[in-house]
Amino acid sequence: MTAVFKHELSNYFHSMTAYIFGAFLLAFVGIGAMIYNIQQAVANFEYVLSFVSLVFVVIIPVLTMRVIAEERKQKTDQLLYSLPITTTHVVVGKYLALLVIYLIPLCIIAVYPLIFAQYGDVYLMTSYGSIGAFFVMGAALIAVGMFLSSLTENQGFAAGIAIAVLILNYYSVSLSEHISSTAFGSAVTLCVLSCLLGVLVRYLTKNEHLAYGTAVVLIAATVITYFADSTLFEGLLPDIMKKLSLFERFDTFVSGVFDLTAIIYYLSVIIFFLFLSVQSLEKRRYN
Amino acid sequence: MNMITVEHLTKRYGDFTAVDDLSFEIEEGHVYGFLGPNGAGKSTTMNIMTGCLSATEGHVTIDGYDIFDEPDKAKRLMGYLPEQPPLYLNETPMEYLKFVGEAKGLRGRELADQIEAVISQTRLETVKNRLISKLSKGYKQRVGIAQALLGNPKVIILDEPTVGLDPIQIIEIRDLIRQLGKEHTVILSSHILSEVQTICEKVLIIAKGKLVAFDEPEKLERLLMASDAVSFIAEAEDEEIDEILEGMDAVSDWRMKKLEDGSIYTDVQIEFGEVSDICRHLFFAFARKGKALLQLTSKKANLEDVFIELTEGDKKEDETEVADQ
Repeated sequence: MTAVFKHELSNYFHSMTAYIFGAFLLAFVGIGAMIYNIQQAVANFEYVLSFVSLVFVVIIPVLTMRVIAEERKQKTDQLLYSLPITTTHVVVGKYLALLVIYLIPLCIIAVYPLIFAQYGDVYLMTSYGSIGAFFVMGAALIAVGMFLSSLTENQGFAAGIAIAVLILNYYSVSLSEHISSTAFGSAVTLCVLSCLLGVLVRYLTKNEHLAYGTAVVLIAATVITYFADSTLFEGLLPDIMKKLSLFERFDTFVSGVFDLTAIIYYLSVIIFFLFLSVQSLEKRRYN
Repeated sequence: MNMITVEHLTKRYGDFTAVDDLSFEIEEGHVYGFLGPNGAGKSTTMNIMTGCLSATEGHVTIDGYDIFDEPDKAKRLMGYLPEQPPLYLNETPMEYLKFVGEAKGLRGRELADQIEAVISQTRLETVKNRLISKLSKGYKQRVGIAQALLGNPKVIILDEPTVGLDPIQIIEIRDLIRQLGKEHTVILSSHILSEVQTICEKVLIIAKGKLVAFDEPEKLERLLMASDAVSFIAEAEDEEIDEILEGMDAVSDWRMKKLEDGSIYTDVQIEFGEVSDICRHLFFAFARKGKALLQLTSKKANLEDVFIELTEGDKKEDETEVADQ
């Protein structure tokens, strides 16, 4: 794992990726700090972070697009498979390297509230609480990006899909207000989602029976529940969309609440997507 | 003890069977050749043996360790060069080998020593600090081999190590492989017969995922000697040659071809008897007629013939199977 970690880290600094990522993050935090903290003279640094989180939609995919896709393209994944290290070690090593790349600009950013504190009253607790949450949220987004990079050997495709997914996630709360909240609408959408999940399972496992099985069981469950108690489905879809939003949960921290459930949510997202990345790599061993 | 045991290995992709119930054993300290036409399942078998690919059925054990149950221990005993050398192009050979060495569990002094050893073994000294993307194909291949040698594995598996190299590079790589064979068990795949014939002590021929032959190259050649043939060039008329051959019981069939200088080239199929007896008989028969024999050779089958015979034989069987259906 340390070998993969060190190798990956040096790789990022060999190429431009780490520098571009850091530069963009710092530039936007700088712009945000100028607008909110300097021009508008607001003492809350967390507003800046909330402003910057939209930038993640673009810079996280740029950071993560090559992490596994490139190995496939160069056929170096064969080397990783033949070395005496497990796929989990490979994925975790790569992920930790990404976290370090992300942590470096964040360490610089962490100095800003102290600087502002020299010139006025800054509530450092919320500032640093938000920076901590900002780190964990970014870490969750990186895990998502990493998984998407493991699905393809085309970096551009990986980045495109990741941007689309993150944008959708970013706006999912605003979108949820325009989505049918009737029980029937929710049930139909759940059925469609079940089919999509089946397609994804088929793609990942190449096992048709499992794919059809998953879709049919989920649809059956939806239909049965719908006829048993249709009130359960009322407003379900907008609820799910709100719950799934990674960005929405960060706003709680911005308003000064250190929300542990959100942290746990982010950590579960990280573990879940790292697990999926491992599975996606393992799957290549089977075909 | 066997270094590698492959038992009933099968790999299916949907309806397509890439490797079909393959079983063989490999002993320590020889150079083995894995021979087969493209798409025969060579790479698939090697990928399974090195743990890069799962098998549908069957077992592979390396020095007693099952590659599926104890991949960590089994992989430490192997160095693998896939068909396309898995190189990070934006690194130098030094950086690359450092990473592979660390991943194989080498640290500090030991790592530095081993890297130095494999670099000198594969003669990479002059390019070790250049970017891999800037190296020639021959050097890239050597970096790939150097990577496989790190950790001093007992078994080295090379998938088509000489493909795409120029003749000089091929000779260099072959020499290197021969050297490696002195200390390691080496398995290399190839579809070039002469290569296998020159480097390998034992040859496995596979076609359509099945093992069709496993023996020393010389013995495989001898396999075909039974149905042997003799050819000669004689300064004689067609009728005279027919007359001589018709008088010989051991000869079943022959074909004649007139050459530009008026002499006749004849291929003779032998039904039974020693090749030397036939040659002796022919020599005296022509001598008695006062006709000159310009050439008289017993056709020695080379590996090429064995290969075609074995793999084509398989095809014919298949065709009859299809016809039966």
